[in-house]
Amino acid sequence: MPVGRTLAEKVWDDHVVVKGEDGAPDLLYIDLHLVHEVTSPQAFDGLRQAGRPLRRTDLTIATEDHNTPTLAIDRPIADLTSRTQIETLRRNTAEFGVRLHPLGDAEQGIVHVVGPQLGLTMPGITVVCGDSHTSTHGAFGAMAFGIGTSEVEHVMATQTLPLKPFKTMAVTVEGTLRPGVTAKDIILAVIAQIGTGGGQGYVLEYRGSAIRALSMEGRMTICNMSIEAGARAGMVAPDQTTFDYLEGRDHAPTGSDWDDAVAYWTTLPTDDDAVFDAEVFLDADTLEPFVTWGTNPGQGVSLSDSVPDPTAVADPNERAAAERALEYMALEAGTPMKQIPVDAVFMGSCTNSRIEDLRAFASVISGRTKAEGVRVMVVPGSARVRLEAEAEGLDKVFTDFGAEWRFAGCSMCLGMNPDQLAPGERCASTSNRNFEGRQGKGGRTHLVSPLVAAATAVRGTLSAPGDLDDLAGTPVHDALLAERAGASPALAELAGGAA
Amino acid sequence: MQKFTTVTGVAAPLKRSNVDTDQIIPAEFLKRVTKTGFEDALFFSARQDPDFVLNRAEYQGARVLVAGPDFGTGSSREHAVWALRDFGFDVVLSARFGDIFRGNSGKQGLLSAVVDEADVERVWAVLEATPGLEMTVDLESQTATAGDLTVSFEVDAYTKWRLLEGLDDIGLTLRDEAAITEFESRRAAWRPKTLPVKK
Ligand code: SF4
Repeated sequence: MPVGRTLAEKVWDDHVVVKGEDGAPDLLYIDLHLVHEVTSPQAFDGLRQAGRPLRRTDLTIATEDHNTPTLAIDRPIADLTSRTQIETLRRNTAEFGVRLHPLGDAEQGIVHVVGPQLGLTMPGITVVCGDSHTSTHGAFGAMAFGIGTSEVEHVMATQTLPLKPFKTMAVTVEGTLRPGVTAKDIILAVIAQIGTGGGQGYVLEYRGSAIRALSMEGRMTICNMSIEAGARAGMVAPDQTTFDYLEGRDHAPTGSDWDDAVAYWTTLPTDDDAVFDAEVFLDADTLEPFVTWGTNPGQGVSLSDSVPDPTAVADPNERAAAERALEYMALEAGTPMKQIPVDAVFMGSCTNSRIEDLRAFASVISGRTKAEGVRVMVVPGSARVRLEAEAEGLDKVFTDFGAEWRFAGCSMCLGMNPDQLAPGERCASTSNRNFEGRQGKGGRTHLVSPLVAAATAVRGTLSAPGDLDDLAGTPVHDALLAERAGASPALAELAGGAA
Repeated sequence: MQKFTTVTGVAAPLKRSNVDTDQIIPAEFLKRVTKTGFEDALFFSARQDPDFVLNRAEYQGARVLVAGPDFGTGSSREHAVWALRDFGFDVVLSARFGDIFRGNSGKQGLLSAVVDEADVERVWAVLEATPGLEMTVDLESQTATAGDLTVSFEVDAYTKWRLLEGLDDIGLTLRDEAAITEFESRRAAWRPKTLPVKK
């Protein structure tokens, strides 16, 4: 009897152009190639040198995101490298006939927000991009993964990639999330459980009742961070939620094509008798809002916990890493996470910058004002998300609150454009990486959900929406507060009170 | 990519071990947007010293680099290979290479030939006795000759075949052109297309 197959295996099998013999890789067909300014220039240059055309311009789309400013977007880009990369992308896409959504265009934005929003990302397809967070698109039941620059050139020239199959891992999340607990908390908890290398060589398939209950935005948040667990890709089986999200989008199939597509998509979920190479489980019922304390996404705890004590870590390498992380983050073991004050809140990035994320953020801050001395940036994932938010009046909620409402881009997710933390600044960020210096040299990042980011912006210390009834302020950790005492008179007073 | 059979050219002795990719090309050059023109960046720090081997008159136009063990370790940057190619190198001889570097080099037509450590020392001695001496590297027989000295080298069979055939990754895949076109002819109508632009 034939053995059942997983979702990942089905999508893989349906894209094999040439089966690899004797350990050689399979040649896999690529349905959708997403391009941006940072990893494409050498690939285009390689094509030019070899005199090769770009094989399928109709399966390729480019946008500008990593280097773009989020203010004064009509003015020339100040940074020379950024400007060169953007201008090079414009020249290259014009020369090779690739569709481009440049800064100022209504569809410009973070590449992983743009694909789904146009209806280009769909179940059962293969998606690649010269960016590790391509895993985002797996939320639709697509096989989506990041590639290097020579692979970008390879796809441009051949629309295929030679690849060895990945192993499969089931990540099963059963139960019902409590109010205030979101997809972001699920994935941070998963990474804390399996570690930043736990997914290496695997495609993760997120399953279980808690995943089924998530919106497409939530599923994208989870798949986005698969790469932070070391995985090549993350996937969620397509279902009615997926179809409802897709139907009617600009590039979604229509008419009989739609019917054919749905008929095929319905065959994709993992068969009951399929076997995964590995399995992990997470209980959604007991999950709390999650936050990172260290300098990799696996160094996280529940928001109601305290900064962990490195001396309690058995593994000597991990202990050393934890000690180093605490030093960089300027945190002391035992400090309750909720007493950690922040200088900035960043609401954005391909993890959490879709309209639903902005709505969640707005719902918490609506009618309130931000904590004094805290800089709050809200950056939509795409120009279209920005327009949608403005049509709903969310921009007004943000600016009334005291937040900066920006244009679309990667922004403060990475220190590649003007939006950066100053050395020593601490930020609650809805992005996906808390590496040293990721948001600017010397900057300190705590990864959180949009709801936690919002509550933190209100209170000035890491907080969950449930903490907002208690606005009088908690006793703030003295040493940490001293850092900020100069910047905020109100906090200086609190510090005085606590001391 | 050109077919690689025999290379004859000036050989430069690089008497250092652990030359990582950062030394081959420092990070500051990674900001460029081209795949060529990295010759000025090759060994950028070392070349500030006028006595550095590649600055010496006898070694101008060198095509073979004879390096100490653990050449090309560290960061995976493909720029290291591009810079060596742009400078004019076709071959690097070393007792050990960084894995990723060796993989990258085969893709760009650069032969990373693994030679016994004792043989590297012997080659160095010959080259230093006659600075500017030409070496002949023959891929088919896997030998490298400098003056009277001939040493043999290792290269994996797959890379050897690719170099002899002059196939880069893309060229290799394009041998399956017919299969790709056939696959495309079966591609379902519902699958995504970015063009024409739909609103
Ligand atoms: S938002 Fe951040 S993680 Fe996402 S593509 Fe941009 S830089 Fe990468």
